Formats: sequence, structure tokens, C-alpha cells
Amino acid sequence: MALSTERPSPRRVPQRPGDRIFSGFSTGAGVLILVALAGVAAFLLVEAWPSLTAPAEDISGGEGLVLYVWPLLFGTLISAVFALVIAAPLAVAIALFITYYAPRRLAQALGYLIDLLAAVPSIIYGLWGFQQLAPLTVDPTTWLSENLGFLPFFAGPPSATGRTMFVAIIVLAVMILPIITAVVREAFRQTPRLHEEASLALGATRWEMIRMAVLPFGRSSIVGASMLGLGRALGETMAVAIVLSVSGGVTFNLIGSGNPSTIAANIALQFPESTGLQVNTLIASGLVLFAITLVVNMAARAVINRRKEFSGAN
Amino acid sequence: MAKRIEVKDLDIYYDKFLAVQGVSMTIQPRSVTALIGPSGCGKSTFLRTLNRMHELVPGARVDGKVFMDDQDLYANGVDPVKVRSQIGMVFQRPNPFPTMSIYDNVAAGLKLNSKRLKRSELDDIVERSLRAANLWEEVKDRLPKPGSGLSGGQQQRLCIARAIAVQPDVLLMDEPCSALDPISTQAIEDLMLELKERYTIVIVTHNMQQAARVSDVTGFFNLRGVGQPGELVEIDETTKIFSTPSKKATEDYISGRFG
Ligand SMILES: Nc1ncnc2c1ncn2[C@@H]1O[C@H](COP(=O)(O)OP(=O)(O)O)[C@@H](O)[C@H]1O
Ligand SMILES: [Mg+2]
Repeated sequence: MALSTERPSPRRVPQRPGDRIFSGFSTGAGVLILVALAGVAAFLLVEAWPSLTAPAEDISGGEGLVLYVWPLLFGTLISAVFALVIAAPLAVAIALFITYYAPRRLAQALGYLIDLLAAVPSIIYGLWGFQQLAPLTVDPTTWLSENLGFLPFFAGPPSATGRTMFVAIIVLAVMILPIITAVVREAFRQTPRLHEEASLALGATRWEMIRMAVLPFGRSSIVGASMLGLGRALGETMAVAIVLSVSGGVTFNLIGSGNPSTIAANIALQFPESTGLQVNTLIASGLVLFAITLVVNMAARAVINRRKEFSGAN
Repeated sequence: MAKRIEVKDLDIYYDKFLAVQGVSMTIQPRSVTALIGPSGCGKSTFLRTLNRMHELVPGARVDGKVFMDDQDLYANGVDPVKVRSQIGMVFQRPNPFPTMSIYDNVAAGLKLNSKRLKRSELDDIVERSLRAANLWEEVKDRLPKPGSGLSGGQQQRLCIARAIAVQPDVLLMDEPCSALDPISTQAIEDLMLELKERYTIVIVTHNMQQAARVSDVTGFFNLRGVGQPGELVEIDETTKIFSTPSKKATEDYISGRFG
């Protein structure tokens, strides 16, 4: 039997106009996002460029770009990371409570409250932190520095106004708590009944069921929600600008009066009075923030993908 | 080890809705008992009262008694978690934990209640359970792979392995083959005949041929009437039920004249 040398031509599938429109639309939307992202990156690079090439003594502070941005970056990271460390476990606990432990009425009310809190503008949280929380922390932070002063975070001496990194972290944590809780709760709610029953039928207690079926299933959502929260905390501007009394550089002391600012808050505070190279310098710090956010997101994606075949999505 | 189950005058409620009424039966150890009947008559509901899964539905409760050998499963102070660990259950749709490997799926029940087993003991039990579920040869080279990568029939046998790994006294199966192809169904039916040497097996099935093939005793459930609770019409030797049932409703159902 002679073998045909012709390759079979790919079969033509009739295209429906609806499919074509939708496919064009979604491709367009995808491209648009990429273009916007590239546009932002290009803008930041172009505008930051003069400060990257300028001599060190011309940069605000007079010690060069790196030493200008580093304390801001440090302040950004330490506030956001600590806020996440506080908020994420709390959010998971609240979401579990609402989904699995609270009586139905209470669960509904709590869920509603959380959604409401997620919609409160950040400036409100800032005002609350500044007016209410900061003065309240003066006594506790004094206690912390006296009793836990051996930890670098509570080295003291404590600030007299309470407008410390400690308060900024709490405000950020409270601010990102609702959104993380809301996302995680939604994920828990979608745990298949099938898997909950599988563990219960094996003789799991409720907590064992949560560990066996609920948490592993919600894992990628927990990571995703945390990154969403971290992103918010990294970029939070007004709340930090209002709360934090800025005067210091890099320090792990969270309760003192000399705190580093954050990139976003610093831009907001300095921008109105900046000209020329100062503006370029602020934009360079913005470029750093942009890069950090991208890295955080990619890291989150990597964490989620690492155990993809175990995700339950197949 | 296999235990006898005795149900006495059991009424089963969802909140105020009486779903099943007045069930009494004795389920013998080391045998397969099949429960058949039209859908909606309360077979699953009844099955889930045997391992106290029923009460997980908010508002659900029972009235009556269930004994396993001499233990009253619904007595005050009996921990439903303990009951469920003694009575294994296999569900209609295969439900291995998607986030766990094949190995961890089988070992899942062994890690509960803070039991601590040595790795080698765990390995032994996992292998023994997978062999008992006729799955070992197919998965022994990919134990660390996710259980969700198996075929439907393999997943169901994985679930059976998971259930018997904790050495339950009784095994409940709710239409375990209804999502499977004929070959996989055959494999599970063969497995049931092997497992009944060691366990008390209760299977709900909508497939009457299956009941005839695998069971020693068959119980027929039916609705008493439209809008009325389900009831156990009769329960007897499978051969008798399928040849000379004593109730007209049973005869109508098994001969396909029904309603
Ligand atoms: N979770 C539930 N809540 C309320 N009613 C239910 C629930 N599950 C089943 N029922 C009702 O109980 C009756 C018996 O259902 P089921 O046990 O699933 O029947 P079968 O397994 O024989 O098809 C049906 O009327 C059904 O609507
Ligand atoms: Mg059913």
C-alpha cells in the first residue's frame, strides 16, 4: 500500500460570528492590559531617568538615589509585611469562623459587616489611626519597651504621640483584613461538600475536616488574597501619610518616634512642593514600588502554580 | 471486625419533614445487604443514619434506635465522630481528596485523632488497603501522584481503600457504581464479594441486576404514597426478593411495573 506523501490538511471548522466577536474582544482586552502595563513602565522609566544619571549630591538628601530610596523602601516593606503577618492569619480564622462555626444568623451578619468594611475608604482608617488609635497605643508601647525591649521591634524609647510604625502597621492590617477575609471566605464557601463529607465519614472532627479538606482546597485563594492585601498595603498612601510621624531612617524599632516613611506616602507628601530633579527622584521611587508589586505578584503566582496538579482544579 | 447492625423503628426527619418512617431491620455481618427502591424514597437518607452522617444536615434528626452489636449508636454520650471512624462510607461520586497524593489519600483516616504511626507501619497499611481494593498493581508506581489523576473507577477504588484503611466494622456504599462504566462497575462488584469476607457491607443501588449479583439480602424501600414518607416495604434473602417477593409493591418494582 502506497503511503500518501500529502499531509492531511487541517480540517476547517466553521466559525460562528458570536465566537469570533468574543474571541476578538477578549484578545483585545488582554492586549490592552499589556499595553497599559508597558505604558506605565515606560513612563516611569523615562521620567525617572534624569535622577538615575544625576550626580549624588543633586538628589534630595544629597547622598544619591539609592540612599534616598532605601529607607522608603524599607519602611514600605516593613509596614506592609508586618500588616500582612497580622491580617492574613486573622482573616483565615474569621473566614473559618463565619463559614464553619458561627450560627447561621451571626454568620450572615458578620459576612455583611466584612463586605461593608472592605468598602470603607482608606482615608477613614487613616483618620481613625491618627485620632483614636495612636494616643491609645502610648501606654501599651511603653509597657512593650519595658518588658519586651530585648526584641529589636520594641527597643524604644516609645514615642510620646503614638504616631509610630506600630500604629501604621495596625491601621494597614485593619485596612486589608476585610478584603482578605472576603476573598478567603468565598473560597471556603466553595469547598465541595463532597470533600467535606469524605473527611467527616472517615471520622474527622470539624477541625480535622478543615485541615484535610478546607484549607488545602482554599490554599491558592489564601495566597492570592494575601497578595491582594499585601499589594494594597504596599501602595497605601493616605492612611500612612496621616498616621506616621516621619523623621528617621532604617530601623526595626516599631514604637519609636523616628520612623522611615513609605514610598507611596512620601510621594504624596513631597510631590506638591517638588520641582525638577526632585520630581524625577520621586518617580524613581515609584518605579521601585512598581517593580516590587510586580515581583510580589509573580511570586504569588509561582507559589500557586508549584502544586498545581494537587490544586483540585482537575 | 465485621459487626451486626440492628435498626429498631427508626423515623428520620429533615427538620419537620418526615423523610423515612418506621424502619426496622437486622443487617448480618460478613454479608452484603442491598437497598433498592425508586429515587427519593429515602435510601441515602437511611444509609446516612447508620454512621450518623445524617445529623450533619442542619435540623436533621432521628427517632428510634440503631445498634451495632450491643452498642447503641444514638445513646447519650456516644461521639458521632467515633461512630463514623468505625463505619466507613463510600459515596456516589468518587471523592478522593484532590490536594493529596494517592498515598496520602489512603493514609488520611489513619492520621486522624492524632494517631501517630511509624512510616513503615503506614506504608504497610497503605499497601494492604490498596491491595484489598484491587488497586495496588495499578498505582504502586505512582503513589506520590495526585489521586485526582486516576480514572473514575480507580478513584472509587481509591476511596474504598481509604475507607478500609482504618479497619472499620461496617462499610456503607451509596450507589458506588452509578458514575462508573461497566468495566469499573464489574471491578467494584468483584471487590464487594471479596470484602464481605471481612466486613458488613450495606449498599444502596438503583440497579436491580447489581443487587441480584452482589447481595445476600435485599431490602426494598418505597414511598408510602405521594407526599408521604418512605418506608421499608420488605427485606429478605435476595433470591427470594427477586423470585417470590411477599409484597405486591416489591413485585411490581422488580418486574418494572411500577407506580
Ligand atoms: N439535605 C436534605 N434536606 C432536606 N430534605 C432532604 C435532604 N436530602 C434528601 N432530602 C429529602 O429526603 C427524601 C429522601 O431522599 P434520599 O434519601 O436522597 O432518597 P434516595 O436516596 O432514595 O433517592 C427526599 O424527599 C428528599 O427530597
Ligand atoms: Mg440516593
